[in-house]
Amino acid sequence: MGDIKGFLKIKRRPSPYRSVSERVKDYKSVALLRKEESSIDQASRCMDCGTPFCHWACPVGNYIPEWNDLLFRGEWKKALGLLGATNNLPEITGRLCPATCESACVLGINDEPVTIRENELSIIENGFGSNLIKPRPPKKRTGKSVAVIGSGPAGLACADQLNKAGHNVTVFEKDDKTGGILRYGIPDFKLEKRILDRRIKIFEKEGIKFLTSTNAGTDYNTDRLLKKFDAICLAGGSRRPRDLTAEGRNLNGIYFAMDYLVQSNRLVAGEKMPAIGAINAKDKKVLVIGGGDTGADCVGTAHRQGAASVIQVEVLPKPPECRTCECPWPKYPAILRTSTSHEEGGIRRWSVLTKKFTGEEGWVKKVLCTGDGNDFEIEADLVILAIGFLHPEHDLLLRELNVEFDQKGNVKTGADHMTSRKGVFSAGDMRRGQSLIVWAISEGRRAAYNMDRYLTGGSSLPKL
Amino acid sequence: MAYGHLPKRQGLYDPAFEHDACGVGFVCDITGKASNETVLKGLEVLERLSHRGATGADPKTGDGAGLLIQMPHEFFTKACIEAKIDLPPLGDYGTGLIFLPVDNKERRLCKDTFSDIVEKEGQRIIGWRTVPVDDSDIGVSAKNTAPVIEQIFIEKNKTIKESLSFERKLYIIRKKVENKIRSSLINKSSSFYITNISSRTFSYKGLLMPCQVERFFVDLQDRRIKSAITLVHSRYSTNTFPAWDLAQPFRFLAHNGEINTLRGNINWMRAREGLMKTDLFGKDIKDIFPVIMPGGSDSAAIDNIFELLVLSGRSLEHAMMMLIPNAWETDRAMSDALKNFYKYHACMMEPWDGPAAIAFSDGVKIGAALDRNGLRPARYIITKDKMVVMASEAGALDIRPDNILVSGKIEPGKMLLVDTALGKIIEDSEIKERQSKAQAYGPWLKENMVELASLRPRKLKEAAINDLPALEKAFGYTREDMKFIIKPMAEKAEEPIGSMGNDTPHAVLSNESPVLFSYFKQLFAQVTNPAMDPIREELVMSLETYLGPEKNLLDETPLHCHKLRIKNPILTNEDLDKIRNIRINSFRTKTISLLFIMNNKRDFSKRLDAVCLEASSAIKDGYTFIVLSDRGVKKGLAAIPSLLAMGAVHQCLVKKALRTRIGIIVESAEPREVHHFALLFGYGADCVNPYLAYEAMDQLIREGGLNLSRAAAQHNYIKALSKGILKVLSKMGISTLQSYRGAQIFEALGLSAGVIEKCFTGTPSRVGGIGLERIAAETIKRNEEAYPERGFQRPELKTGGLYQWKKDGEFHLWNPETISALQEASWCGDYNKYKEFSRLINDQTGHQCTLRSLLKFVKTEAIPLDEVEGPESIVKRFTTGAMSFGSISKEAHETIAIAMNRLGAKSNTGEGGEDPLRFDSLPDCDSARSAIKQVASGRFGVTTNYLVNADELQIKIAQGAKPGEGGQLPGHKVSVTIAKTRYTTPGVTLISPPPHHDIYSIEDLAQLIFDLKNVNPKARISVKLVSEMGVGTVAAGVAKGHADMILISGGDGGTGASPLSSIKHAGLPWELGLSETHQTLMLNSLRSRVRLQTDGQLRTGRDVAIAALLGADEFGFASAILIILGCVMLRHCHLNNCSVGVATQDDILRRRFKGRPEYIVNYLRFVVEEMREIMASLGIRTVDEMVGRVDLLEPDREMLSLNGKDLDLSAILHKPDRLNAHQAEEIKVQSHGIDKVLDLELIRLSKDSLDKAMPVKIELPINNANRTTGAMLSGKICKLHGEGGLPEDTIQCKFRGVAGQSFGAFLTKGVTFELEGMANDYVGKGISGGKIIMRPDRDSDYRADDNIIIGNTAFYGAISGEAYIRGVSGERFCIRNSGLYAVVEGVGDHGCEYMTGGRVIVLGRTGRNFAAGMSGGIAYIYDKESLFKEKCNLSMADIENINIEDEELLRNMLANHLKFTQSPVARKILNEFKKEKKRFIRVIPIEYKRIMKAKMAEYGLELSEVSDG
Repeated sequence: MGDIKGFLKIKRRPSPYRSVSERVKDYKSVALLRKEESSIDQASRCMDCGTPFCHWACPVGNYIPEWNDLLFRGEWKKALGLLGATNNLPEITGRLCPATCESACVLGINDEPVTIRENELSIIENGFGSNLIKPRPPKKRTGKSVAVIGSGPAGLACADQLNKAGHNVTVFEKDDKTGGILRYGIPDFKLEKRILDRRIKIFEKEGIKFLTSTNAGTDYNTDRLLKKFDAICLAGGSRRPRDLTAEGRNLNGIYFAMDYLVQSNRLVAGEKMPAIGAINAKDKKVLVIGGGDTGADCVGTAHRQGAASVIQVEVLPKPPECRTCECPWPKYPAILRTSTSHEEGGIRRWSVLTKKFTGEEGWVKKVLCTGDGNDFEIEADLVILAIGFLHPEHDLLLRELNVEFDQKGNVKTGADHMTSRKGVFSAGDMRRGQSLIVWAISEGRRAAYNMDRYLTGGSSLPKL
Repeated sequence: MAYGHLPKRQGLYDPAFEHDACGVGFVCDITGKASNETVLKGLEVLERLSHRGATGADPKTGDGAGLLIQMPHEFFTKACIEAKIDLPPLGDYGTGLIFLPVDNKERRLCKDTFSDIVEKEGQRIIGWRTVPVDDSDIGVSAKNTAPVIEQIFIEKNKTIKESLSFERKLYIIRKKVENKIRSSLINKSSSFYITNISSRTFSYKGLLMPCQVERFFVDLQDRRIKSAITLVHSRYSTNTFPAWDLAQPFRFLAHNGEINTLRGNINWMRAREGLMKTDLFGKDIKDIFPVIMPGGSDSAAIDNIFELLVLSGRSLEHAMMMLIPNAWETDRAMSDALKNFYKYHACMMEPWDGPAAIAFSDGVKIGAALDRNGLRPARYIITKDKMVVMASEAGALDIRPDNILVSGKIEPGKMLLVDTALGKIIEDSEIKERQSKAQAYGPWLKENMVELASLRPRKLKEAAINDLPALEKAFGYTREDMKFIIKPMAEKAEEPIGSMGNDTPHAVLSNESPVLFSYFKQLFAQVTNPAMDPIREELVMSLETYLGPEKNLLDETPLHCHKLRIKNPILTNEDLDKIRNIRINSFRTKTISLLFIMNNKRDFSKRLDAVCLEASSAIKDGYTFIVLSDRGVKKGLAAIPSLLAMGAVHQCLVKKALRTRIGIIVESAEPREVHHFALLFGYGADCVNPYLAYEAMDQLIREGGLNLSRAAAQHNYIKALSKGILKVLSKMGISTLQSYRGAQIFEALGLSAGVIEKCFTGTPSRVGGIGLERIAAETIKRNEEAYPERGFQRPELKTGGLYQWKKDGEFHLWNPETISALQEASWCGDYNKYKEFSRLINDQTGHQCTLRSLLKFVKTEAIPLDEVEGPESIVKRFTTGAMSFGSISKEAHETIAIAMNRLGAKSNTGEGGEDPLRFDSLPDCDSARSAIKQVASGRFGVTTNYLVNADELQIKIAQGAKPGEGGQLPGHKVSVTIAKTRYTTPGVTLISPPPHHDIYSIEDLAQLIFDLKNVNPKARISVKLVSEMGVGTVAAGVAKGHADMILISGGDGGTGASPLSSIKHAGLPWELGLSETHQTLMLNSLRSRVRLQTDGQLRTGRDVAIAALLGADEFGFASAILIILGCVMLRHCHLNNCSVGVATQDDILRRRFKGRPEYIVNYLRFVVEEMREIMASLGIRTVDEMVGRVDLLEPDREMLSLNGKDLDLSAILHKPDRLNAHQAEEIKVQSHGIDKVLDLELIRLSKDSLDKAMPVKIELPINNANRTTGAMLSGKICKLHGEGGLPEDTIQCKFRGVAGQSFGAFLTKGVTFELEGMANDYVGKGISGGKIIMRPDRDSDYRADDNIIIGNTAFYGAISGEAYIRGVSGERFCIRNSGLYAVVEGVGDHGCEYMTGGRVIVLGRTGRNFAAGMSGGIAYIYDKESLFKEKCNLSMADIENINIEDEELLRNMLANHLKFTQSPVARKILNEFKKEKKRFIRVIPIEYKRIMKAKMAEYGLELSEVSDG
């Protein structure tokens, strides 16, 4: 805490965004990187609390006050070291995290919280910019081999930790590129893929092997997997989307959000649109069903594709603008959140239940909804379903491994992340169900700690 | 044997912690003429001091009294004829009282032993005389335990020529008999005790009250008992256990005070025995060992060593100067010769440190001496007819005023000596001059003593440390250590500050493998002796170290000072290198490695034994210094914890009597914070080199975290450590590191008896704990973590999490979950939510934190909840902690008061007064008046009116966050409002001294209780203590001092800002302190006299229930209350930066406060509800039934087995085994003795003034038994007329005589006291607007400006008023004066200390350390001899010439002084004012001057660090 009075002197100032008119024309990052001086100012607002609720609310337990202080003092390198101690992908969370820490920031009780997420981003980007982040392969290898299935945030975090511990790590990715949901779920305007590539490259240089386009269980059979590796971590995410069982659901023009976003992301990455089944919002009246973050990503994507109109509906009532007593500080509050995509246009409606799709020539045209006791129709010729995910795909690998699932259909593990099958662990959405990136990282780390213990009898990896 | 009748150690009670304090005095005929009159006068002095003694549960059994006189030969001649003993001439026989067992057989054995040994020593017993006693008037318990008292007569063998030789012979006989009987089969509880066998002196003493002595010893009624000397002593003990043998005087002396360093002194003496050589005591000197008789009191121990020094040939005064040296190190006024004397003797012995007034005599000379701090009163009068009367009080003997030649007091570090053979008084200066010239000390030192600073440094090749972070990890360094300890110390040279108490697990319960240092808690002085102020009274403090082998104590040669003198025992690497390579004076250094190979667990203890062995052989090999070094730790090679090694080596060498032959230096990576160093020194280290801390600083510098040079950082760091160490010493009342070294002033929490015995012998460790194996395992674990076998090494250090909660750090009971659960529950008023909260606190499975988490309730038959006492009455037992307005905001402070008043419970003002507006009710029946008004050492805002408006007056002796320390509220935090409630000036720094300057002993506390009870007879008086070993015995003393309630605070509690090391490492949990207190009070049958309260991290109904079962009647809450008011444990209280407006004075932040009284009401009701549920489940209907029912608690085996650390809680759950220690003691009300005070007469006589404000004049005689005169009258006036009192001079009282203590205390507006005569200590304490005039008796003719007229600590905490004192005052005149205008004709040491306002004119000499810590007001000194500058402490104040305004003030006040007292000094000055005014200088605090200049009406607040309680 460099300046004890900092929080009284300086107001919260988040990073600027590019102007709407400019940013909707491309898929480049909406947010601009904040100037370092501004981050230093903002860091001075941190009170270095005796009980840092931010650090408590952060799933990976980022040492927030500590690096805020170092950031304020300009001790970038040390700050970077501490940030890296708890977070394998700070450049990702620094951009994408909903920042439960900020909701729990003590300053937020009666003032505006510290811009923790952006301070995190400043530190990591400064690290990249000053060439402080270099591949550091482990000095010693243990000779043990580990397979991590899935290269999303959980898989990457797990792989990174295990690799640091000296194990030989192979990451299996069924897609042709690594990153999972980070690459294919998150639009570039929120996360430019070069950021992800930059990190993967380091991981590779540190010795992690990535087997892309390799669907474990199918392209690489389960027995071989079990034989070749001393331990396995299942981190395949929770990809089975929740569906709507309304009349007319089988009409054309109704898609799952992930299908839509994956296609768009591939396109932005320079891949070609598939000949069949291309989903494009250009000149379409787009209806996004589901008011969450994925829905918002679809909204932003639709804007950029040149949709004629975009409407987003949510079944739940409109959340309050600010914290209510039911959800007191320091809990993460259910309040109205307006994303950059919403700023870019479109209409949001709440308490809207989708009853029926009607179409022409097999193509959706209208959606019958009900809300506030009235039925009404929304015109739409592209409907995106962004109403969440059920559980992981119960694919061949899971079936052959014969792991138990929990009631929701997620992979069941003990507190040590080990599944019902010895030596097979699980982490991330696959285990806990759909959640935040930062939780996925946390899961990956915890799984790695337990796997390290499993493999060697002890671990000097952090427990959290 | 000593302690024969004390209960044995049981439960948490340990007789070793008994204290006593006393009255001491003597009467002496200077001419040496023996008379019965002198004996009778002595007896009268003894009786007059009786209010300084105490009685226990049995009103007629005192704590012991007695006297020592010259051999009453004439009387014995007669008595021996009756006893058919043929008595030789005076000088040819020795005699003394022997306390013998009642059992015939045992008595026979004792007497046979005597016969045997006397004969072996070549002397002859000429007979035993049965001493006639009349026990009709003594108390029951005294009678029941009375020994058979006989008098032995031993005839001198003709071959002995010298009187001293015969005394030595008698000494050897006594020693041998003592040793023989101690090892015999005599029942340990039988009395056998030899008072004093001498051919020169004789003593009568016993378990008597002073007034009983004469009647009990029939001999004393015989007029033929004659002596020129009578030394008397009346004892005030903390316990009520009859102990005949602890009565004083001892053989040579009587002591009033407390030797704090006793443990160390005893150990060092024991070690010295190995080097003692003399043929004076016969062939085998071992016969007199142990020199200090085991099990004796501190006073007995100092008598033992004094006796040895005198009998081996040193004069009385020489021996006294060795034992209790003056503070010489920094005294600018002391001669070099005398300094050399002290320096030379410092090479032989450490000071016996602690408050001490000692009277001593060998039958020819009699004297008295005070320790360097002078914390005990010692007044004397020399009469024109050649008599000297010395006593703890003036007026102890009625002396005609016209007979007084000199009225004086012994000054700190000085001595009064009468030589009756020469028939003269020897002045202190003459004694000191003679002693300092007795030998060529100066040349001896020059030749032999080597100064470390003078050694030439070598070019140091720093052994490079590779892999620094790993090494740091191996020694348990955390990021917090770097951030909160090393960095701030290196940066600011200050010890880091924190706040909000300690809520982490005790080291033994922690999962984080804490370093061994964390298992120890610092002990501190409370009540029985004062803590000291290491900053403002630095002049008495010293860290000097004399390294090297000692020589024979019984000899004096140049080689005795063959030592290496080290100014600061924290060595830099360069310093250590110098010592390592020293080649002068046959100094040689050997390094002993503490490393062990981690192959198997046993290597650890093997290595530990080997280290001890190597140390002993190093001595035999002629080495003079050893370095215990842990350099070289690496993978697979770990180090024995430095403290463990230090303790083991020290103890081993002490036991082998080798310790004084070697200097021990610890070269260790481990110590980094103040506590670590204090421990190393406390367990015997001479010097410490913390090399890794230095490396860590270098690392910080390299990384840019510290913008300093290496040298500057080290300098700052050492400075911070030095200050911190001095503070640790001072909190125990110890002045010099030399006497702290090895004094072991710690309590262990969580170490096994085996570890204690081996390494920390004598240290209390009451719940057992880990052994060597566990210590080894944790050491190995740290090493393995630092150097992992495989895989990756984390680059960063561990989190720590002791000072701030962290996810991967130490557990905290206040953590995000518990804080938010508590807030939600109390804000929503939701009991279910509260239960969630209490579950989080109560169930500590997996992260055990508190001792109570290891206890569980016994399964009993439950009763329905509605049969349990209702919540309304239970909640009345609740209080809130003492949090001052100043430490928390006005809003928070008043919200708490309103809530507590709504509940009928009590809130506490804390230190710092209260706005009188709050005494009135608010609309809606609310009231913001705090029921408990605290009286703390700073006495801020403690006005008569404040005291009157209280239901309870609480004397804060210590606080959990920093027991034994003072506080400071920096000027910039003293806003207009705060200044108003504290009666000071805005912007002026307010310092609270570590001790109450009117409580240096238990009898002083009794006096303050008496004072407060007088001011407000309706208020109950409580005393706040902090848990530590021995708090039970202190509490027993407090109960005997008539407190109504005793609060035992846990050492972990406290919301206030304090040094981190104090928050973490001082004080013990309340479970121990409360339980010990309850047990001790039960044993003493005192429990029924007082109520007990506890606080310190109480949170839930379960906590409260356990506290009740362990003995508490009442319960206090603090941090939970603040959390309810919005606190989220930022732990920023000390920064004035509380973002939720709770602990801040900042206007903007205060607006963020959102606490409400109903939240607190909700919470406390919930706590009661949970408590009631527990009561129902235990089948208990009322809290009264519940108190002390330890049988309803049992250790939770499951929880205990979880931590696997062998904790044993049986001592906490112990039920005292004494017959009278039963639960159903009838509750008795304390008898405060205020039904006979002079004030009742004053109130009667001033009825018209009180009712109608009519003027009245009263004239009355007064004597020293009339204590606290004026307080009750003043309280009455405030009750009737409020703060404003009465018009000036409405009630005028004239007294003649010698007033008792606290004359004119709390005198309020409208009352004028005139005293003709003298007064004792605490005149005008807390005076709130009254006027006090004093002058010598009209019949006296001594010069007032040369003689003492009032005692110590006059006008302490004065609020306002006037005082005109024609005469000289004792020490600490006008300290912490807020606004009094006073004139005095001379003052002792520490005048105007901590003063914050008012004006003081001193028309004569001042003592040392004037104006220390003075932050406001002005003092004017009539500096006739230009001596003042040397005496003034200029760290906060300037000396300057007076200006015109000052002249005006001086002229007016001197005119008053003349008018009221007819002072010749004032007359002379006023007559020639133009000339005389030039001799005045003024002392004005720098800060005060600036403020006065700016005349700031409104004082803006700035933010900075504060440390205010």
